[in-house]
Amino acid sequence: MLEIKNLHAKVGTTNILNGLSLTIKKGEVHAIMGPNGSGKSTLARIIAGDDSYDVTDGEIHYKNKNLMELSPEERSREGIFLGFQYPVEIPGLNNSQFLKAALNAKRKYLGIEEIDAFEFLKMARETIKRLEIDPSFLNRGVNEGFSGGERKRNEILQMTMLEPNIAILDETDSGLDIDALKVVAKGVNEFRNQDNAVILVTHYQRLLEYIKPDKVHVLSEGRIIRSGDESLAKELEKTGYIAEKESKK
Amino acid sequence: MSANKEEINSLIESRYKHGFVTDIESDSLPPGLNEDVIRAISARKNEPKFMLDWRLKSYKHWLKLNEPNWAHVDYTPINYQDISYFSAPKSDADRPKSLAEVDPKLLETYDKLGIPLHERARLAGVAVDAVFDSVSIATTFKKKLSDAGVIFCPFSEAVTKHPELIKKYLGSVVPYRDNFFTALNSAVFSDGSFVYIPKGVRCPMELSTYFRINAANTGQFERTLIIADEGSHVSYLEGCTAPMRDENQLHAAVVELVALKDAEIKYSTVQNWYPGDEEGKGGIYNFVTKRGDCRGANSKISWTQVETGSAITWKYPSCILRGDNSIGEFYSVAVTNNRQQADTGTKMIHIGNNTKSTIVSKGISAGRAQNAYRGLVRVMPQANNARNHTQCDSLLIGGDCGAHTFPYIEAKNPSAIIEHEATTSKISEDQLFYCKQRGIEEEDAVNMIVNGFCKDVFKKLPMEFAVEAQALLNVSLEGAVG
Repeated sequence: MLEIKNLHAKVGTTNILNGLSLTIKKGEVHAIMGPNGSGKSTLARIIAGDDSYDVTDGEIHYKNKNLMELSPEERSREGIFLGFQYPVEIPGLNNSQFLKAALNAKRKYLGIEEIDAFEFLKMARETIKRLEIDPSFLNRGVNEGFSGGERKRNEILQMTMLEPNIAILDETDSGLDIDALKVVAKGVNEFRNQDNAVILVTHYQRLLEYIKPDKVHVLSEGRIIRSGDESLAKELEKTGYIAEKESKK
Repeated sequence: MSANKEEINSLIESRYKHGFVTDIESDSLPPGLNEDVIRAISARKNEPKFMLDWRLKSYKHWLKLNEPNWAHVDYTPINYQDISYFSAPKSDADRPKSLAEVDPKLLETYDKLGIPLHERARLAGVAVDAVFDSVSIATTFKKKLSDAGVIFCPFSEAVTKHPELIKKYLGSVVPYRDNFFTALNSAVFSDGSFVYIPKGVRCPMELSTYFRINAANTGQFERTLIIADEGSHVSYLEGCTAPMRDENQLHAAVVELVALKDAEIKYSTVQNWYPGDEEGKGGIYNFVTKRGDCRGANSKISWTQVETGSAITWKYPSCILRGDNSIGEFYSVAVTNNRQQADTGTKMIHIGNNTKSTIVSKGISAGRAQNAYRGLVRVMPQANNARNHTQCDSLLIGGDCGAHTFPYIEAKNPSAIIEHEATTSKISEDQLFYCKQRGIEEEDAVNMIVNGFCKDVFKKLPMEFAVEAQALLNVSLEGAVG
């Protein structure tokens, strides 16, 4: 589904990714772990099409398309979803209006009939109920006055409604209390199936107790230095990233 | 077919019988302003002597005044001797014969705004039969109003038919001496609307200039007077979301509102005069004085405005809160793009006891535009327990525009409570990327963010106006990003 080959990227003159390669297949959940500054968020944002990074080398293929040729909107409509680390506030813009616009942008692109307000509300209310999210979410401004935990739950709500093919969750677990973490995990577990894929970008192993990954990768200095299964995350929990990095030298 | 056409024609003829259109043929006066010009204007309108005297007094006063220069706007000086102060409506021969002859760009805009076909023709100034629909609607409308005792007519008609009301109220809120442009308007005003709501009457419908078909070509020096007698209620809609055709560059309108005891006036404006090209050439200078007088106890005046047009907007719809417990409100969205300049805001003058005012101003700047909020809250010494809340927000799109806030607060009574909140924000790259990541085009994202920003004001507009205003904002900001 997603194939990244030898990706190099920088911001200004600082190199952040230095030859990263990664292949993700349908039905898989990948966890990307690593210390701060290792390039995890950069990878997530480049896949989504953030042009504040310069991609200097390498390729990204998605559904057999050259992803780099698509705009961020097109990537989204093609089924790439980024759950942001710090979801931004858009004051005054109603959350449900925003979601409906997003949903219809995708439907229009795919040539499906646009959803009307009534049908949308029905769908949104059902989703909210299933995810155990407060119904007031729909009537509030996009992330306006939301706590950190509420913002992350809002990302999960959007992901569920938009039904992407690949969901990249950038530190979606950070700053969450245990209840919020469970809501997020429940959302992801319900979302995952044989036809889609999830990339969990995380600093801690904690999230992986609730969402079982198929593969775990350790990122350091813009490269994947080790890949393994779930047990790798547990190992990291004990040894820490520093030890991991040292052992590779 | 031809029978049909005759029927239409006869209907159009019939509107003249109702006195709905000022029936003046042909000619304009040559450019220039002097006493003879004013006498000529007054004579052509068959005005009574008191009206002419008032015009002449205003003119003499105007001669002593200088054009104000304190506003945060910049334009080349106007030569008042170059303007023609009386131009009769164009005869059909000069107008486009059909929409096919109208500038396609204008039609494209109408399309984006969703203006119905027959309306497009009227707005673009197309001659005759296309206005059929509006005429018939207007006739039914007039009947309903007269049944309720409401007077709603062209200003010039009120001068001859209701001189006692004109004498009593004209200039009582905005004296001709008020400022340079009010003196000019008082001397040469062309036409406008007159509204009188009798005691205890709730006007059965929203009054709109839309139905006053002859509003065309009166834009230059428009004069509006609305009187809500005791316990009455009226909602008045001015303007139109569609860009109006107008050859006059200078607009200096005066609007006066009088609310007597327990009366309420809600005045909504959507202003979309031609803003000029991308360099600001050819746009309208909109120098307007609007003021409402809450003359009686428990009265209320509410101004809501959406200002997107004009090259320069200079406008401060104000409230004089004279009656005890009276309420003044001002809700404003002002959008400037390209080279547009706006200096707009309000004045709330608290005179009575327990008077309250609310100001919500949303300024949006894009391109190289300059947008200023200028507001005065004054609490007079005798006004006990006055309250004001001001919320003044600016939104910037791009890095070359400007937003300015000039609040003036004068509290002369220690019991006054005045709150002022102001914010300035920018549509951030993060917000745009967030929207794009959800599949939303940048332009749609900007529209959604801007509409969200203006929500508090839009919800004060009458429903159908609010929908139009949103569409208008989107068109006004087209190409503002990227």
